[in-house]
This record gives sequence, structure tokens and C-alpha cells, in this order.
Amino acid sequence: MLCENCKERQATVHLTKIINNEKYVQHLCEQCAREKGEFDFDFPSFSLQNLLSGLMNLDAQSAGQVMGFTTQKLQCDNCGLTYAQFGQLGRFGCSRCYNAFNERLVPLMRRIHGSTQHLGKIPKRAGGTLKLRRSIEELRQKLQEAVAREEFERAAKLRDQIRELEEQAREGENNEQ
Amino acid sequence: MNSKQKKISLKVSEWLRSPGPDGDIVLSSRVRLARNLRDIPFPYLASDSQSAAVLKKVRAMVPALAAAYGPLKIFTMDELDSLERQVLVEKHLISPALANNQQHNSAVLLRDDEVISIMVNEEDHLRIQCLLPGLQLERALQLAGDYDDLLEEKLDYAFDEQWGYLTVCPTNVGTGLRASVMMHLPALMLTKQANRILQAIAQVGLAVRGIYGEGSEIKGNLVQISNQITLGQSGEEIVRNLYGVAKQVVEQETQARQILLNEGRDRIADRVNRSLGTLRYARLISSEEAMQLLSDVRLGVDLGLIEEVVGSILKELLLLHRPAYLQYLTGRNLDSFDRDRVRAKLIRLRLAGKHLHEEEE
Repeated sequence: MLCENCKERQATVHLTKIINNEKYVQHLCEQCAREKGEFDFDFPSFSLQNLLSGLMNLDAQSAGQVMGFTTQKLQCDNCGLTYAQFGQLGRFGCSRCYNAFNERLVPLMRRIHGSTQHLGKIPKRAGGTLKLRRSIEELRQKLQEAVAREEFERAAKLRDQIRELEEQAREGENNEQ
Repeated sequence: MNSKQKKISLKVSEWLRSPGPDGDIVLSSRVRLARNLRDIPFPYLASDSQSAAVLKKVRAMVPALAAAYGPLKIFTMDELDSLERQVLVEKHLISPALANNQQHNSAVLLRDDEVISIMVNEEDHLRIQCLLPGLQLERALQLAGDYDDLLEEKLDYAFDEQWGYLTVCPTNVGTGLRASVMMHLPALMLTKQANRILQAIAQVGLAVRGIYGEGSEIKGNLVQISNQITLGQSGEEIVRNLYGVAKQVVEQETQARQILLNEGRDRIADRVNRSLGTLRYARLISSEEAMQLLSDVRLGVDLGLIEEVVGSILKELLLLHRPAYLQYLTGRNLDSFDRDRVRAKLIRLRLAGKHLHEEEE
């Protein structure tokens, strides 16, 4: 829905006024609402945005200090975001925040996604040897099945495949180091 | 017409022009992948030089992407005025968040056929979007994935074995994938079954909303359905689930249309033709009224009750009668009264198979 005033931006402020038993409904964007002075009350998304805009202007490194959080608390050493800030913003500050807050993420992710393990696509470079290791796991499973069914010829082939992939994985890991 | 060179194409995007599979009910399929670069603070925290560095890296990939998958242009948000940005929003090529972004170094890479758009420094460093006509989620996932793979050859992605692709918001982590379909469901709305079905969909972990983003109302009987969960399922799985649900909704809508025809043919024929009449002769028309009437006419065409109008024109008009597009097309600032007038005229002309520029204002 577009703002009734400027008809350009999305209406995010929906005002219902009742004056002398007459109901007036207005749909405005934040900017127009502010200009019209309809925005003086404490609006939750507004405080979030204040916080965001404040953060954007800060030197990322010192964000933690300026916000008055001490470094003893859980804090990302790369971007300076603290866990408390993460909680307020609902956003990570950089990829390393995931490491910094790791201990707290399991219950959070379980609540959001009902899962705590990525099962999808693995990028070629950033994924390192993960793709290979996943394939090896799959082949091991198949090998066990083959042995259980006494399909020894198939099992031998699978074993050779696994050895080959393990060799590749070792090489990959050496290259990474 | 204005003399200013138009940067943004006014031509109708591929996804609006052709119907695609199940195109009478599913207007479009969209896939977007959220990706970030390792260690660089996310756009909302990044310094000017950090986000400039991200843009520079992505810009350097343009030749390789163009060589592999077809010509594309890059537009920074700085170089577009607010009207041009709004046109891209109305064409569903960038998000309102990117258009309103006050930060420098935000940009979009746009493939010429507008099937692919890659937003840079939006919420995440990169958002790769593929938008196709009809129900083609798997194909959209694959196309977006092609760009993803090529970008990853040179860019250091933030990826974690446990959490997958790392994103700004914990709700996108894992695959970083949001898949959605835009569906036209007039018969389910008319027969008052839509609520029941859409509520059931919400219970299987999918989100249902209007087409103008989160919290928007359903207008023109257009509904968007998308996945919510991004971690713990593969991209293929997510897309297959959504496809399965979309197929079921298509079936329900088809049945409802048949019921409308069988049990109230004259009534529905009257309704859709009245709507056509209004669109043909109205001199002032609001966006909201236009959406509803165009939805009626489109239903009439789909049901074979209106023969003299081409279905694709309606799909085009459902989206292109929007305010920024009208202003960009006429090259003038229009107040809301003028817009209602130009909108009525544009619709009148397009229904007669003509374009606005063929007739002087």
C-alpha cells in the first residue's frame, strides 16, 4: 500500500483516529507521518530505526564501546557487535558474529527454523572439503548396506571410491593450510 | 514527452510478457539467494569504504557474468532519481529497501531481459534474484544458482558448515533462499474459499501475503506465497514443497472457476463484462479500482467469456498502471488526479491494442 500523502513510498504507519465518534483512517509512510506530526508517540519500529541509523554512522570497530557495552560480554572481535545489540537489532554485524555468538545460536535457530544444521548447497571454494566429506559419508553408508546384503563386488568398488575421495580430501586440506 | 534520456527501460519485462507454465493462474515465480562476503561488516554496519569495496568487487564481475549469461547493466542507486528507483520497485526488480537506501554504494545488476537482478549492499551484500513467468521455480533456482556459482569463483563468500550461507538476519541463514509464487485467485476469492486455503498454507510453514510486500493487503486478487524456513532443508526441497503447494492451489482455483461457470455463468459473464466496460470508458480510475477491474477482465478472458482482449495485456496492466511507471512514461510529475486520468487513458489505449506514445496527450 502506498502512502496517501506522497503516493510514492510504502505506507507503514496506519492511523485510526476517532474524533466525535467519527472514525478516520490514514495510511502514511514514515516520512510523511513525521512531517504531519503524527509520529510523536512511541512507535516500536521507530526506536529500532533510530538505533540502526545511529549504528550506521559509527565506526564499526568501536560500536560496542560507544553503545556502552563492556567487552567482557559476548562480543564479535571483527565488527564489535555485542550479543546484547544483536538481540535488540535481530541482525548479525558480520560473518564472524556467528562464531562469536555460536554458543547462543543453537536454541535461537531451532526456534526460527526447527533445525540447526545446513543441508543445502555447498559453495565450491568457501565450502572447502565439506562437499567431499559429505560424499564420503554417503558412500560409507552405501558400503555398509552392500556388505550387509553380501554384495561384495559392489562393496569393493565403493571402498575404492571412498579411498579416492579421502585422498582428494586430504590433498584439499593440505592446500588449505 | 520529456527530453531527458530514460535510463530505465520502460519495456515490459520477460516475466510480464509471456505466460509460462500454469500461466493462467501463476503469474510469476521468483527465487532470491542472500549471499555475503566473509569478514566484511554487513551493509548496515559497513563503513563507506567497506561497502565501496564490496561494490567494486561485484562490479569487476560484470564482464564475466555478461559473457557467460547475457548482457547486463549496473545501476548505482546514486545515479538513479527516486522516480527511476520506484519504477524498478514496481517492476519487482529491486526491493523498496534498496530503493530507499540512503547509503552510497548500493546498486543493482540488471540483465537486459530483466529475468535476473542482483542487488548489491541491500540488507545483505548480495541478493541474486531470478524472476520468471508462470510456475517455474526449479528453473528459477537453477538460473540464480548459475550466477551464484560464477560469483563465488572470485568472491569470498561467508559460509559455515553448520549454519550454511551466513546472512544478516537469522531468518535467512542456511540456503539464503526465498522462493515465491505470485498467483491470481479471483474464483477462490469470489467463492469465499480463499481464506480457508490460505490459512492451511500458512500452517505448513509458508507465508501468504499481498503482492506489495510484507503486511500488504491482498489487491486485485493477487497473492504471494513464499517459504519461511531456510535452514535444514536443501534449496531443491524448499522449491519442491512450494511447487507442490502452488500446484494444489492451481487445482483449487481451477475447480472454483469451473463452479462459477457451471452455476452462475450469466452472473459471472455480466460481472466481467461490466468491468471491461468500465475500463474501456472510464476517464478517471484509481489504482485500487483498476486492480480489481483488471482482475475481473483477466478472469473473463481465462474463462472464455471475453474474447476480444488478449490475456497478456492484462497481466502487463495489472502491474504497469502503478504511479511511478505512469509518471516515468509521461515524463511529468502527476498529482493523484492526473495519475487517475493518465491511468484510465493508458488502460483504454492498451485494451484497444495501442500504446500511450502513439497518441499525443
